Amino acid sequence: MNILVCITHVPDTTSRIAFTNDNTEFDKNGVQFIIGPYDDYALARAVELKEQNGGKITVLNVGEADSDPTIRKALAIGADEAIRVNAFPSDSYFVANQIAAIAKDGGYDLILMGRESIDFNGGMVHGMVGELLGLPSFSPVMQLEVEGNSAKITREIEGGKEKLEVSLPFVAGCQEPIAEWKIPNMRGIMSARTKPLNVVEPTDNATHSEMAAYELPAEKGAVKMIDADNVGELVDLLKNEAKVI
Amino acid sequence: MSVLVFIETEEGKIKKSAREAISYGAALGDVTALALGTVSQDELATAGENGASKVLHVSDERLNASLIQPYAEAIAAAANATGSEIIVTAKSSLADAVVGRVAIKLGASLVSNVVALPDTSNGFQVKRSIYTGKAFANVNLTTDKKVLAIKKNAIEVKTDGAAASVEALSVTLDDSLFGATITSTEKAEGDVLLPEADIVVSGGRGLKGPENWGVIEDLAKTLGAATGCSKPVSDMDWRPHHEHVGQTGVKVSPTLYVAVGISGAIQHLAGVNSSKYIVVINKDEEAPFFKAADYGIVGDAFEVLPKLNEALKAALA
Repeated sequence: MNILVCITHVPDTTSRIAFTNDNTEFDKNGVQFIIGPYDDYALARAVELKEQNGGKITVLNVGEADSDPTIRKALAIGADEAIRVNAFPSDSYFVANQIAAIAKDGGYDLILMGRESIDFNGGMVHGMVGELLGLPSFSPVMQLEVEGNSAKITREIEGGKEKLEVSLPFVAGCQEPIAEWKIPNMRGIMSARTKPLNVVEPTDNATHSEMAAYELPAEKGAVKMIDADNVGELVDLLKNEAKVI
Repeated sequence: MSVLVFIETEEGKIKKSAREAISYGAALGDVTALALGTVSQDELATAGENGASKVLHVSDERLNASLIQPYAEAIAAAANATGSEIIVTAKSSLADAVVGRVAIKLGASLVSNVVALPDTSNGFQVKRSIYTGKAFANVNLTTDKKVLAIKKNAIEVKTDGAAASVEALSVTLDDSLFGATITSTEKAEGDVLLPEADIVVSGGRGLKGPENWGVIEDLAKTLGAATGCSKPVSDMDWRPHHEHVGQTGVKVSPTLYVAVGISGAIQHLAGVNSSKYIVVINKDEEAPFFKAADYGIVGDAFEVLPKLNEALKAALA
């Protein structure tokens, strides 16, 4: 089985979000970058499927050189080789186009990625890639079992879940509980150093949008503490101050 | 300007988030709403209240199963049929999966998590939520056609419109688009849908076990709220995954979020930080969630919640 796993290189969830250069750039100062948490689920499931069925996992990132440590971590977790499209991921259209350009001749049985990145939270690249490649796409996928040329998937729907049977190949946007995240072991970390990480240039620079400026939300006021023996005060505040009930 | 709004329905009713999307579209131009699958004409006509002048209905029964490819095909076909420059939908699990395909089919730019009307004074700039609600980005869309997915509860529902005319739209949907077979659907019945909810009551490990969820459900019932939970709770199977609120679960943006027995890990906060008001009830006065709250009570959930429920019932009676 030949699996392409697309990963994002994103600030850790706990990162302080700040902007620089007149609010036009994300401030990376002191920020730890990680594999997108949803992408991590996709990668973990790919590793399990490879263990069951054999095959190869290629991990793909559209990003600049500072993505390389994140990509090496994916190799340490179990990907066999990596491709980095050497470009700033300007918008979802640009990223999807680059993924499709890599995937179209790769003969992949599955193209997996997270349901969304945790920086831009768009959740739409999987559909774009599916459409560009003429493949079905499914998201958010919570379970994925492969048998020969077909797969059973469970996707989340609002307030529940749905099981589907589908044929390979397809694109899936993944989320928990599709697999347990995998932590690289020492052997994986050592072998990742020698696995190929191929850097390729983007096929084109077409985008559909331009970033103008970032903003931070207004600061929240201090919490009002209410005595546990006086819940009526909370009801009064919700009714007359917040006006939410 | 012609605007097409794709509206999702649930149990034969137009979702609240779809009414928000129609209201958004109505502020931009003449709205044609689009509904797919079996829905009554009477229900569809109510889209007029929110600002749609017309509703197109593709009633093909095959669309009752919300499969991604035929949905994308039908939406793109409707956009072409109406000559719409802007396609609007509410952000949802289904819409997220569909609109990327729609944007590619139409050669349109696509922006998700939109939280405000566009600034059209110099081009077309929209404000979107990013970093899981921790920031916003103002983005210029550079194509003629645009697809916008609106964040839930970000736009007030307009209610002063009239009834819309409902017209059938015929779209050719090749059988090959229906390649996936749905074998089962599990859905919570009668509950308020969590991503749509105006009020959410969530429980965490402080509830000590699934058998104690009655106090959460009672409070939710009184408030007309959806119930949610923290990640450890869904990991331990106390509650189903679709109730898990947080970074890797459902992200909510209600007007009121009540967190009970949840300490407030940053991953949980990432799923709730778009809430308008947050109430935290926790035994541990050091719980980090209090820092993100508007109102807080330090106390035992099993003592506080029944009293709060009674007080709310009296206030809402």
